Amino acid sequence: MPLVKGGEEIANDWIFAADGTALPESAQVSVSLARFLALKKGQENGPLPVGVRLGPVDDPAALEPYLPELRLIEIDFPRYTDGRGFSQAQLLRRRYGYSGEIRAVGHILRDQIFYMHRSGIDAYETRRAGLSEVLEALAEFTEAYQPAAGGPAAVFRKRHGA
Amino acid sequence: MYRYDQFDARLVAERVAQFRGQVERRLSGALTEDEFKPLRLQNGVYLQLHAYMLRIAIPYGQLSPRQLRRLAEIARNYDRGFGHFTTRQNIQFNWVALKDIPEVLEKLAEVEMHAIQTSGNCIRNTTTDHFAGAAQDEVVDPRAWCEIIRQWSTFHPEFAFLPRKFKIAVTAAEHDRAAIRVHDVGLHIRQKDGVTGFEVHVGGGQGRTPHIAALVNPFVPETQILDYLEAIMRVYNRYGRRDNKYKARIKILVSELGEAEYIRQVEEEFAAQRANEKVDLPAEEVARIHAYFEPPALAPKPALSKQLEAAKAADPSFARWTRANLHPHKVAGYTSVTVSLKPLGAAPGDATDTQMLLVADLAEKYGYGDVRVSHAQNLILPHVALDDLPEVYKALGAAGLGAANESRITDMIVCPGLDYCNLANARSIPVALAVQKVFADPAYEEDIGKLHINVSGCINACGHHHVGHIGILGVDKKGEEFYQILLGGRADEKAALGEIVGPGLKAEDVPAAIHRVVEFYRTQRTSPSEKFIDTLERLGHQTFQEALYAAG
Repeated sequence: MPLVKGGEEIANDWIFAADGTALPESAQVSVSLARFLALKKGQENGPLPVGVRLGPVDDPAALEPYLPELRLIEIDFPRYTDGRGFSQAQLLRRRYGYSGEIRAVGHILRDQIFYMHRSGIDAYETRRAGLSEVLEALAEFTEAYQPAAGGPAAVFRKRHGA
Repeated sequence: MYRYDQFDARLVAERVAQFRGQVERRLSGALTEDEFKPLRLQNGVYLQLHAYMLRIAIPYGQLSPRQLRRLAEIARNYDRGFGHFTTRQNIQFNWVALKDIPEVLEKLAEVEMHAIQTSGNCIRNTTTDHFAGAAQDEVVDPRAWCEIIRQWSTFHPEFAFLPRKFKIAVTAAEHDRAAIRVHDVGLHIRQKDGVTGFEVHVGGGQGRTPHIAALVNPFVPETQILDYLEAIMRVYNRYGRRDNKYKARIKILVSELGEAEYIRQVEEEFAAQRANEKVDLPAEEVARIHAYFEPPALAPKPALSKQLEAAKAADPSFARWTRANLHPHKVAGYTSVTVSLKPLGAAPGDATDTQMLLVADLAEKYGYGDVRVSHAQNLILPHVALDDLPEVYKALGAAGLGAANESRITDMIVCPGLDYCNLANARSIPVALAVQKVFADPAYEEDIGKLHINVSGCINACGHHHVGHIGILGVDKKGEEFYQILLGGRADEKAALGEIVGPGLKAEDVPAAIHRVVEFYRTQRTSPSEKFIDTLERLGHQTFQEALYAAG
């Protein structure tokens, strides 16, 4: 599956270790939020990953104390119609100040990528869209009416010279 | 009215280009119908029974003559010569070919119109009082705030894939003509100690589980309203149900959490939002948008018009029309005119291209270039001099638009029903027209007075049957159409849901049953000035129900 970040297609060298599977001895592992918290609290033993995958019901607030340690947060969109991940991304960026990678994974359509970008997601693991389509999608709009985590400044700021 | 600047124009143009690409990908097969569906919906394109339908946004129901002429042109060139005005103050075209839609959207963009977010699980067109800016009883003109909300909600990246559709309505008058209590969010603009603010109602709605909205906050100052809306949307986006489409509207979230807990969650989110993600709309921007809604310069005139009085004396049908279709204006010597799209025997809310052109001409000549669409599916000329009414009436009458029935029994809200819609269980337009016939005598209709009949062809309630004084709901029973009658609904500041009063009726029995109820009201009212709904509320439903089912 193509992974696009920073205007180019990059190799995906992260491993997602599903709940109940062995934790690989790699520097780039992500786990579910529940597993991450269990590892943190010592309820499960193993190397502490620096990546977390959020499902739609997960509350990003639970990660707030650990954000400086994290290098990757994946937001899972199990169905493209499920918009909860957009709120999770906005909160991570704007409320909790996370500045590492936020990667959208799951069922992602090209036509959601601009909204993802504006919500603060900066890497896209797509099933079908390749680099050129992702770049096209990111360039479809040059203006935005409201402030958000990413993308152009709100039109109301530009109108009044900010 | 609001005019696009370079930013608005660019956004709409970019949207048209984006949708053109999406249509091309669909037609080439690169997008499946499933994948295309949410994209076309957020551009107003539905797949209906016979064809694609295009729903065009008319923000808060306001049109310029130029825009209305463009809609007429689209009706003529891309549809079958008519359009259908909706209860969201929008217009729908039922026969547009998918391949033509990008071109239609370009033609709309030329006149500062679009079809953005007119369907799909996103924030829809914000609606308001169709007399906004003209009504005597409003505290401020609500349209500027509707425009501010339109911009904030357009392409909001966080709220484009909500659990379900989301509708916001705004009123600024004590008498609510925007039905705010049956909206996902209803805003009532108020003033307190010189500050403008919003009374916020959340969780109203119709459909299969109707609810009257909960009062969530009595006063949110205008500088914080977008933040408050973001808090409402974020709580809904995160916690609204997504497991069952029939339980996904915000009304279910509010009722499952309970009002107190729901309010607590919104207030908590609001506090955190204000601390970190404040929208912070500059005062200059609020002022810039308000400036577009300055009232027209109406020359002072006497409150009593000699021309009008003479014409009324000379023509009883004109006099009757003036008693039904005018609404008091802020400025003496002026009035707001309802152009009824409910003439006898025509599909409610439909207008032909020539009728649209005529209304555009009248708006230009007599109406200060302003046209509104009401949620009751009529057109409004909000600013007309009393002196000009005889001319306006003459022109309307000649075009079949002279019905004197605003808020009367033949002025029904009716969904398209089984004739057009693939959700419907029963036809609604033919039943409405059959009921209309019973009350075709204008003198009889005037004697009955204010009475709202709303008709839906299925429980999704697009015809607002829950809030009609009399509601008619089409259902399917083993392949046969039946109609349930509801009594006692209302959509105004005393919003209430109608109650189903008994077993369903066959279509052919509906007109006589309604007639019996209306006749019962006429015998029971304390005076001709006691309205149907007031008599019903005074006496209770039981006796009316008996009248409804009395052997014919």
